[in-house]
Amino acid sequence: MVVTAERTPLYEEHVRLGAQMTNFGGWLMPLQYSSIREEHRTVREAVGLFDLSHMGELRLKDDGVAPRLRTGRVQYALLCNEHGGIVDDVLVYALRDGGYLLVVNAGNQDGDFDWIKAHAPSSAGEGHRGDTILNVGRDWALVGVQGPKAVDLVQRLTSSELGGVKYYAFIEGRVADVACLISRTGYTGEDGFELFCGNHDAARLWRALLEEGQADGIGPAGLGARDTLRLEAGMRLYGNDMDDKTNPLEAGLDWTLSLDKDFVGRDAILRARQRGLGRILVGLRMLDRNIPRHGYGVLKEGQPVGVVSSGNVSFTLGYNIAMAYVPAALAEPQTRLAVDVRGSAAPAEVVSLPFYKRPHPK
Amino acid sequence: MPDLSGMRFSESHEWVKQDGDTATVGITEYAQSQLGDVIYLELPTVGQQLDAGGRLGVIESVKAASDLYSPVGGEVADVNQELTDHPEYVNQDPYGKGWIIKLRAIKDNPKLLDQKAYDDFVKGKSHA
Repeated sequence: MVVTAERTPLYEEHVRLGAQMTNFGGWLMPLQYSSIREEHRTVREAVGLFDLSHMGELRLKDDGVAPRLRTGRVQYALLCNEHGGIVDDVLVYALRDGGYLLVVNAGNQDGDFDWIKAHAPSSAGEGHRGDTILNVGRDWALVGVQGPKAVDLVQRLTSSELGGVKYYAFIEGRVADVACLISRTGYTGEDGFELFCGNHDAARLWRALLEEGQADGIGPAGLGARDTLRLEAGMRLYGNDMDDKTNPLEAGLDWTLSLDKDFVGRDAILRARQRGLGRILVGLRMLDRNIPRHGYGVLKEGQPVGVVSSGNVSFTLGYNIAMAYVPAALAEPQTRLAVDVRGSAAPAEVVSLPFYKRPHPK
Repeated sequence: MPDLSGMRFSESHEWVKQDGDTATVGITEYAQSQLGDVIYLELPTVGQQLDAGGRLGVIESVKAASDLYSPVGGEVADVNQELTDHPEYVNQDPYGKGWIIKLRAIKDNPKLLDQKAYDDFVKGKSHA
């Protein structure tokens, strides 16, 4: 079997910057440029630049039925299956033309496309209005600009007024003379933007940001830092912290649901709530220097009670952290548990999520 | 360039340098670059006996946990305590202040490679 990975329009930039590349979700992506530790710190203290072009984008036409999200707003949402399991976690952008842009996980984009198409009202026959969904992921590049200096930096490269763009909102504008969708979102726990642009403009935008950002101490940041940053911010990673066997209540994502409205998986989620949850996602702080990792067992008094879904060092906090599924009765903060690290019980304590909150949120 | 003269190497990417009756052990530049940021080492205690090619401990980077093997046999004489607070020394200076343990009462391992053989071995790997 020949394993092939797609290249983003910024591939040459990564090679030029000396990145170590890795296959992620079928895409050849930068894992790190210099050091994950340094890139992590750059994002927390200055500003980091990410290539996120592997993310999938689906374009949905307004079906005239779904309750309308306010134009210019972004919503974090879950696609669920009939059993209440999570098919994917997505960002929904309410576009000016009445349609939506869905930003989905790279490895899921084709599956999400098929899933939505199969569930779209138009495919049921009645009221058929042709294609309501387009997979535009391979036409778009996505660049993340994240960190305390990110907003200032992007503002210097655009005539659009960014102060009025709230967290989880977006505008259309030009950055470094490149037409962009400027979205105040991110996956790092820092303030900043995610900039969508056409593939052919991506390298120009990337270089302009790196150049203008020099004064701010900008650096490119890879998927390694993206993972350690999102973990500190308590953000779930699809495939690690949730999958199609996990329901949103277990994953602690109740806030994304409108259980009074009808959606695929609602009945199963309501039934699960009524039965009581068998397990729930919690934060763990390690009390020694052991590193918890995805798949490690969680112990209570030596007995296996759960499993780590994500874990690593927290460079910002100076100790090691994990997200783990444990029985609801053991989910209270300060509960003493342990993580099975190579056969030894490494002590840990339940803490509330997120582990890290940026000092001065706007 | 660090001075690698007198060093020998294992195919599991550890180096050993013998000086009188003690030997210092660490991991190679290639190993640290493959691991990425080292964040934790699980090391043996002084006095522990290690076999040549036997498990020495565990090295953890942000990416993964990997086993370390002792290139020669012997008794652990010293452990680099600096690495507890500064595991990044293994990345910054793998042949110097990133050394991992020292052994005495050494039992040699004829299977170790000299620098040229090790460099060829690494080249062969990266072209595989």
